[in-house]
Amino acid sequence: MQITIKLNGKQVTADVAPDMNLLNFVRSQGCYSVKCGCETSNCGLCTLWMDGKPVLSCSILAARADGHEIVTMEGCQEEAAEFGAFLADQGAEQCGFCSPGFIMNVLALFREYEDPTEEEIKEYLAGNLCRCSGYEGQLRAIRAYMAYKKGGESK
Amino acid sequence: MFTIRAYAKVSSLEEAYELNQKKMNTIIGGGLWLRMGKKNIQTAIDLSGLGLDEIKEEEDAFMIGAMATLRQLETHPGIDAYTGGAVKESLRHIVGVQMRNCATVGGSIYGRFGFSDPLCCLLGLDCEVELYRAGRIPLAEFAKMKKDNDILVQVILKKTDRKAVYLSQRNSATDFPVVSCVVSKGEKGNYAVIGARPCLPVIVEDCEDLLERGEEGWNAFAQKVQQEVAFADNTRASGAYRRHVAGVLVKRGAKALWGGADECR
Ligand SMILES: Cc1cc2nc3c(=O)[nH]c(=O)nc-3n(C[C@H](O)[C@H](O)[C@H](O)COP(=O)(O)OP(=O)(O)OC[C@H]3O[C@@H](n4cnc5c(N)ncnc54)[C@H](O)[C@@H]3O)c2cc1C
Ligand code: FES
Ligand code: FES
Repeated sequence: MQITIKLNGKQVTADVAPDMNLLNFVRSQGCYSVKCGCETSNCGLCTLWMDGKPVLSCSILAARADGHEIVTMEGCQEEAAEFGAFLADQGAEQCGFCSPGFIMNVLALFREYEDPTEEEIKEYLAGNLCRCSGYEGQLRAIRAYMAYKKGGESK
Repeated sequence: MFTIRAYAKVSSLEEAYELNQKKMNTIIGGGLWLRMGKKNIQTAIDLSGLGLDEIKEEEDAFMIGAMATLRQLETHPGIDAYTGGAVKESLRHIVGVQMRNCATVGGSIYGRFGFSDPLCCLLGLDCEVELYRAGRIPLAEFAKMKKDNDILVQVILKKTDRKAVYLSQRNSATDFPVVSCVVSKGEKGNYAVIGARPCLPVIVEDCEDLLERGEEGWNAFAQKVQQEVAFADNTRASGAYRRHVAGVLVKRGAKALWGGADECR
């Protein structure tokens, strides 16, 4: 079946199998930041934005995304790199495998909440698993990033 | 993994209903639960073009479209205010925001999963479901019905005097609940709903008005729940553990509704 998706700002039309998931579709279009880390919709690594909202691309059919707007990390590199630097500064990446999905969800968090509380941050990011670094470093990175964005301390 | 041979984004409920009469065809809500299974689907029926993804507030009810996501339900300001945070509390522990942006209200309610937090919660409020063929029926009745080939169009959350508190216990954050509980207060009677037993949620009515009698009454009602509800073992918890925790949750819920505590929020 044919689908047309606005992927990172460009209209893409392609023939897909009805049971292809969105994850495999965006990867077939060269968006390799999007990865599959589990088979149970639990890890958050496959996070991308559909119509501005973070979703699990492993769990959505490409057919369902027909006519919608998709953004992956390839489509927001500057913003991702800006936050990524804070993650690196806090040593919050070891293997780094979880980072693309995590960063996409952190950026989504800041689109939804201007000034999230600690509880709101934790709840929003609960669906992003990291097996090596632990979550404290990630939280430190977020606090430092928020302070920087508010024009407080520089990094 | 499930497989799908053909995909039909339908343009009417009638079309969806007709397709759904064939055994090999299946409605796709968010598709998260279906994806975990091994079903071989001939035609996947997609309802996303029918405008069922909205939550509308009317004078006497909230009309929740079957294709609205769990996240839409969770963040709806009107529903949050009307239910005193109960609906949000039932949703915010499910996996993660991205997952709740995918899973639908229709799939969650139609599925009638024993573990379902939203099904348990909505049973504690005055809700009906609207089915394409069978029309409107009370949610409590729908929960007991065998799965058939009808289509869930919307869930109707009526604005009545009912107040409810939702509580659940999980072995770890974002996991499935090992027991869930609603305590519900209203003119037509007070009751508790116990879910994740692990089977379907059940309602225990407070026919003796125990809940209105302060702490002693709450304890007596919690005991009644522990005695009357069947709890069973599964890999997450034993029936005995579930029974114990259910009693604690009922007491906390009662305290929140009648004693002014808000420890369940
Ligand atoms: C990893 C994981 C963890 C989960 N954890 C929890 C949890 O902790 N608590 C909880 O409450 N839930 C949990 N769930 C369940 C989840 O919240 C949803 O209830 C579930 O995924 C079904 O929603 P869906 O939109 O994905 O439905 P689908 O998988 O698309 O559909 C489910 C069933 O409903 C049918 N269907 C869908 N829409 C309609 C309709 N409009 N009319 C008729 N039939 C329809 C489908 O044909 C299918 O049989 C979890 C799910 C997953 C995958
Ligand atoms: S790959 Fe793990 S949630 Fe999508
Ligand atoms: S840094 Fe390795 S999984 Fe997160």
